[in-house]
Amino acid sequence: MLWTILIPLAVAGVAPWLHRVLRARAIWLLALVPVGVGTALALRVPREPLGAWMEAAEWIPELGITLAFRLDGLSGTFALLICGIGALVLLYAGAYMRTDPHLHRMGGLLLLFLGAMLGLVLSDDLFVLFVFWELTSVASYLLIGFKHEKQEARDAAQKALLVTGAGGLALLAGFVLLHSAASDAGLPMEQAARISVLAATDLSGHHLFTPALLLIVLGAFSKSAQMPLHFWLPSAMTAPTPVSAYLHSATMVKAGVFLLARLNPLFGDSAVWHVLLTVTGAVTMLVAAALAAGQSDLKRILAYTTVSVLGTLTMLIGVGTDLAIKAAAVYLVAHACYKAALFMIAGSLEHATGTRDIRQLGGLFRAMPVTAVSGVLAAFSMAGAPPLFGFVGKELLLKAKLDLEQLGVVLLLVATLANVFLIALALAVAIWPFFAPSAGWLRRGPRSAACRLAHEAPLPMLAGPLLLAIGGLFVGLIPGVFDRALGSAMASAIGGRPIMMELKLWHGVSPAALTVLGISIVTLTLGFLLFLRLRAWLTHIAAVVARLGRRGPARVYDLALTGLFASADRVTRLTQTGSLRQYVRVILLVLIVTSLGVVLSAALDGRPLSHRLVSADGLLAAWYWHELVLVLLILTGATAALLSRSHVSAIALLGVTGLLIAALFALFSAPDLAITQILVEALTVILLVLVLYRLPERTEHKARFADTAIALAAGAVMAGIVLATAALHLPATVSEHLARLAKPGAHGRNIVNVILVDFRALDTLGEITVVAAAGLGVYALIKLYRRRKAGEGTS
Amino acid sequence: MLLALPIVIPLVTAGLCLLVGRRVRVQRALGVLGAGGLLVAAVTLFARVWREGVLVLYVGGWRAPFGITLVADVFAALLVLAAALMHLAVSVYSLADLDGRRQRYGYFAFLNVMLTGVCGAFLTGDLFNLYVWFEVMLIGSFVLLVLGGQRAQMEAGIKYVTLSLLSSALFLAGVGVIYGIAHTLNMAHLSQRLAVAATSHPGLVTAASLLLLLAFGIKAAVFPLHFWLPDSYHAPPPAVTAIFAALLTKTGVYAIVRVFSLVLPPSDYLFGLLAVIAGLTMLIGVLGAVAQSQFRRILNVHIISQIGYMVMGVALLGSPDAQTRQLAIAAAIFYIVHNMLVKSNLVLLSGTVRALAGTEQLSRLGGLLNRAPVVAVLFLLSALSLAGLPPSSGFWAKLGVIQAGFRAQAYLLTFTALFVGLLTLVSMLKIWSAVFWKPAPEPCSSDDALPAAAGTPPARRRALLLVPSVVLLVLSIGIGLYPPPMLATARRASRELLDRAAYVAAVGIHAEQVEEGPFRAEVHP
Repeated sequence: MLWTILIPLAVAGVAPWLHRVLRARAIWLLALVPVGVGTALALRVPREPLGAWMEAAEWIPELGITLAFRLDGLSGTFALLICGIGALVLLYAGAYMRTDPHLHRMGGLLLLFLGAMLGLVLSDDLFVLFVFWELTSVASYLLIGFKHEKQEARDAAQKALLVTGAGGLALLAGFVLLHSAASDAGLPMEQAARISVLAATDLSGHHLFTPALLLIVLGAFSKSAQMPLHFWLPSAMTAPTPVSAYLHSATMVKAGVFLLARLNPLFGDSAVWHVLLTVTGAVTMLVAAALAAGQSDLKRILAYTTVSVLGTLTMLIGVGTDLAIKAAAVYLVAHACYKAALFMIAGSLEHATGTRDIRQLGGLFRAMPVTAVSGVLAAFSMAGAPPLFGFVGKELLLKAKLDLEQLGVVLLLVATLANVFLIALALAVAIWPFFAPSAGWLRRGPRSAACRLAHEAPLPMLAGPLLLAIGGLFVGLIPGVFDRALGSAMASAIGGRPIMMELKLWHGVSPAALTVLGISIVTLTLGFLLFLRLRAWLTHIAAVVARLGRRGPARVYDLALTGLFASADRVTRLTQTGSLRQYVRVILLVLIVTSLGVVLSAALDGRPLSHRLVSADGLLAAWYWHELVLVLLILTGATAALLSRSHVSAIALLGVTGLLIAALFALFSAPDLAITQILVEALTVILLVLVLYRLPERTEHKARFADTAIALAAGAVMAGIVLATAALHLPATVSEHLARLAKPGAHGRNIVNVILVDFRALDTLGEITVVAAAGLGVYALIKLYRRRKAGEGTS
Repeated sequence: MLLALPIVIPLVTAGLCLLVGRRVRVQRALGVLGAGGLLVAAVTLFARVWREGVLVLYVGGWRAPFGITLVADVFAALLVLAAALMHLAVSVYSLADLDGRRQRYGYFAFLNVMLTGVCGAFLTGDLFNLYVWFEVMLIGSFVLLVLGGQRAQMEAGIKYVTLSLLSSALFLAGVGVIYGIAHTLNMAHLSQRLAVAATSHPGLVTAASLLLLLAFGIKAAVFPLHFWLPDSYHAPPPAVTAIFAALLTKTGVYAIVRVFSLVLPPSDYLFGLLAVIAGLTMLIGVLGAVAQSQFRRILNVHIISQIGYMVMGVALLGSPDAQTRQLAIAAAIFYIVHNMLVKSNLVLLSGTVRALAGTEQLSRLGGLLNRAPVVAVLFLLSALSLAGLPPSSGFWAKLGVIQAGFRAQAYLLTFTALFVGLLTLVSMLKIWSAVFWKPAPEPCSSDDALPAAAGTPPARRRALLLVPSVVLLVLSIGIGLYPPPMLATARRASRELLDRAAYVAAVGIHAEQVEEGPFRAEVHP
């Protein structure tokens, strides 16, 4: 199975070159890939419920991640949809974008997406699934932003990637938690991420079970555009139409639903799962259907109805009864077929007339008869009218809801209402442009000139919608075919138990069947009535929708993004002031704040501080008066340096302080240190005077007061640490040994010299390098500076 | 001897580059040859360490803890290898990116001085020696930063050197205090003796550790000690920024990982502090990146954010579970290597874009997807890797950190890490959208256009600019597609780091030996 995923990905990589060689014909070759892959998979799809063809190869044993794939009813159905619709979309895109200079990118990107999507549905490992999940998001980003010269397209692409990306992060967190819960439950590492194994394990007792569930559901909702995360999907309609048909109606947006279906056996018994999915799904179903009625752009109408259907599917999985799962399975397939067809029809209409505004379209049946027929078939399917596939799905849907007593009535009402909208919209999208009086939608204003010049779409653009619509018709008339081929296996895989499909058009004359029939008829009638009024109401509904939009989640997203950029600016201005003085201050403050507690506890380690300072072996006891005088002088010098008004005097005073410290070193029998200190101090003073001579006078008192306080505190902290260290007496074995070794081992009497050139010669080498590099660096700087000056002078 | 080669080769290369004077072509050849030689030595060293375990070299023949000891465990050898690789990539790139003036006045020499310091820091087993190598690295990088003498470079240089010296001062103070406590500088010996000292004087040992943490924190550019980085990395040419991005902060992180896993006794206070630092570093760093409006600046500031992920691994050492600690350090190590590969590559690509378009200002860039599709693909894949999207090294790096975080039950920190991943994506999309997707703005006479570089570079220059990027990207994707080797390396490095007893034994510290001798090591063949 790995090959079926790798082949499209590999071909995607070479697609631009193929295009360069074969020009427009390349797309035919590309379309062969999903046909071949789809056929190969179709031959292996198991027919019996709960049958599965498994394949696993070692990938990352360190993390317990296996390249495991599973072809069963669920993934098989998805794979066939992906390949079948993918091939049709590729052909369609080849014709639809024939004049686009970037067509060579489109083929490759669509195949990249196709491979990723196949990987997603076939994966049997949480993390492998996640890899492909993110890959579909990236492919979607690139495809939405395909017309990247437009700001709108770039923003929409970013919106989609950020929303699904955020969901992806939640999903990843959920997977990691689930994985660790499974490990805790005693599954061996290489099994703990296998979805098929997890489905058979009861993890509901683990404390991470519910957090993992919530995070995973959040991820799935973001991908499948559940309220309130749905807003990226209508924006994504800026993508070229083939992309919308493929990714944003038929396949990718169903990845979230797929994941919910896939994990239903694992989470299905949880009450949280039921409530969350049912409620979110129902709300999404209704609200999106209503929002769709407020749109006039064909693609946006289709986008909102897609959201509505995704809500329905989510709700059905949440309900989780046998019938609901059957309904979900059938509805999912039906929707994928007819929605892809409708999108392609919308694209053909735009291609022929130059507009997607339903108010501008009308009377196109004569010009585009084949497209019109496809539209009628697809719309009937969408409206749930017999004898199409969609009707079967919808019937099951209604029956499923009747089974669930406590929620049944509410859900039924909600579903009926949503379906009334959907039916009206199906008529508006697929019937109106072809059969409306040629006067156009609005009484006032002439029919757009484009409609009069419209022509039928080229063959590759007819094949897709017609085949998908006819497919629906065929399966709808003989539902047993879908049932035997895939339906039962798919429903069983979702339910995690054998669920036998029995799809019938005619349910007999039992009371239940009659109720279903009655509801269908009422829904259809209301839908038709709404359609008749829709023309008059559209403007009003659109106004309401627009007003809602100003407060909707899309607005929240915009605010969050601008808020992010604004706060990023503010934080950066606050932290990155550019003032070196402030940087030093902050760093010293960090030292003070973080070490305060530690230094106090260090000072108190073992014995009280006062005792340590004044006891017989303590520090103060050992002081002599001349040392005290020196210390006082040092303190005076430092204080005076702080207070002095000019740079030069401050430096001079610092130099004095340094010399006094040298004296202190000398007193404590470290003449070498004293000498070094004197030399360094002298050099520093000279250099600083040379440099600072040119600088402006010192800053005002207030800043210096703060500096003084910080410096004092930092000094106090350091002093505290040093004091605490000095009071510690551990045996100094190494230095004693070095002193003993200097003569016999290293043949040197001066221990300091021996350390510098023998024991620790490497340090000396490093320091020599530093000094040499510093000197050479200064030389290079001066030379370059002079040359630049000279260059500027001559030019 | 093998152990000393990664220090000797760049040092000798630097010397030779200086000796040949102003013959630029010889310097260029030497620079690339030296980098190649270093890579060969690093590969050999890594292979040997992998086969034979920890390698030890007693410099001057003085046994530990009396002389300076060089130690190569898997962690050190791995980082030397990564550094050598980046060095070679940047050296090749520099051939095309750097102007002749800079090359003539010792660019390759100072690059190699810096590498000497970096490799020395990775390989030393001695705390004070680490300080020395930090100084070598500092002076090399400082000259690279200001070489060229532009006003922006000088300003950047002043800030960089001042704050670095503050770090050095803290480091030195820390070393002094630690020496005062334990009377030794050898890391293995310190590991033993500080553990003893910590039982009687926990506060003092923690205070000394804190000084080291702050010193390394400045080097690693963690919040709120990171100020030098955003104010300096944009000034030098992109090649220099790229090698800085690969090595400077990572050496600081290396030191933090090294001392906290191996040398210092565990301290709950410091691990807590590290956790806070890690979270804030990730967050503030990425916000800083989002706020920038220049290609390279976004990448530079973003380095800070990624340091947070590495520090997070160290912070999780506070977990009571030994396996979690090991996972955390392994994740940090994986992250370091991934970040060296990817972040520097992005900086290189920003330089390539600068060479193509003559500016780094996002508002003036555009249309590069159509103009330079190869650069676009290279950038996109690297950027997605940086944001942790699969299948790239970045995803496994992120996954490792998250798994360790959840295992340690550091939920807030882990969710911060996840959220910051999303913001990283925002910052990368900002670049992608402005540079590659947006149509090119009307050509205007910009002040910062580079006269020599503007326009399409000739084929040879183009190849020199692109080949390093391609190689680095292939490595990142390669790790992403088949992570086991890298994971196994990180795991083994982590295991070694946390097994203090084994390290101490390998370095050859035995209580009775410290008392009795022998002090000189037998000469190894």
